[in-house]
Amino acid sequence: MVAHDGRGGCGDGASDVDCAEAVRQLYVYLDGELTDDRRLEIAAHLDECGPCADAAGFEAELRAVISSRCKDRVPESLIARVAAAIAEEETFRGSGPAPSSAPA
Amino acid sequence: MADRARFAEQAMEHMPALYSAALRMTRNPADAEDLVQETYLRAYRSFDSFTEGTNLKAWLYRILTNTYINSYRAAKRRPEVSDVEDVEDLYLYHRLSPGQGTGRSAEEEALAGFTDEEVKEAIEALPDAFRIAVLLADVEGFSYKEIAEITEVPIGTVMSRIHRGRRALQKTLAGFARARGLVAAGPATGP
Repeated sequence: MVAHDGRGGCGDGASDVDCAEAVRQLYVYLDGELTDDRRLEIAAHLDECGPCADAAGFEAELRAVISSRCKDRVPESLIARVAAAIAEEETFRGSGPAPSSAPA
Repeated sequence: MADRARFAEQAMEHMPALYSAALRMTRNPADAEDLVQETYLRAYRSFDSFTEGTNLKAWLYRILTNTYINSYRAAKRRPEVSDVEDVEDLYLYHRLSPGQGTGRSAEEEALAGFTDEEVKEAIEALPDAFRIAVLLADVEGFSYKEIAEITEVPIGTVMSRIHRGRRALQKTLAGFARARGLVAAGPATGP
């Protein structure tokens, strides 16, 4: 029961996965990177273990928060700068589908 | 082989994501802009080596990451911290005060309360290898395999960096939650 650190017990139920194992696999589970068998085992544990399910829910929400807090607005000047740099490069090379013949 | 004449129409739409990643990598807008421009130029020049129909966004991220590591980081000549203190799983969750019965729990309050600046600061505090892995996984949603290809390291290393980086990130976020009084006193925080 070490995994819950006093946040409530867990029956460990009928599944073969205990809390420590579920917590250890949680990131890979949430990342959708477990094998099907393994994913089902962890999902079964989360179904029957409230504390682990709470922790999993928290981790999933935290992930969403991190992603949503990291958006930045691209400066218009950068878009223009990049477009101009590419246009200049195009002029230099001559545009078109035969890049191998472009001057070095 | 991809047609260079079609580069702009395909690649420009990824600039917001690349710019955000560049900001987290370089930690300042001027360097981030230079890094994005350099990335687009390099991508344009080697667009004929991009296989049409494969993942353009991942290909652009590989160029961004390589350019950052080879140019910007090297230019700083700063000894790069290559490790993070490893903390346990569920670091933040375990430190938030248990719900008080009614009203919003500390968990909900903490999640809702983290500001853009705090999350960005927490990510930017991570050493390069961990920061890039966490960015690619949690902000951009790339798979382990894609991140392995982008950063050119084995999948096992990618997983280790993502997981340790996330835990280190949680430690920083726990500090912000503590400042709001959302962290419980008790064994988890030490006497």
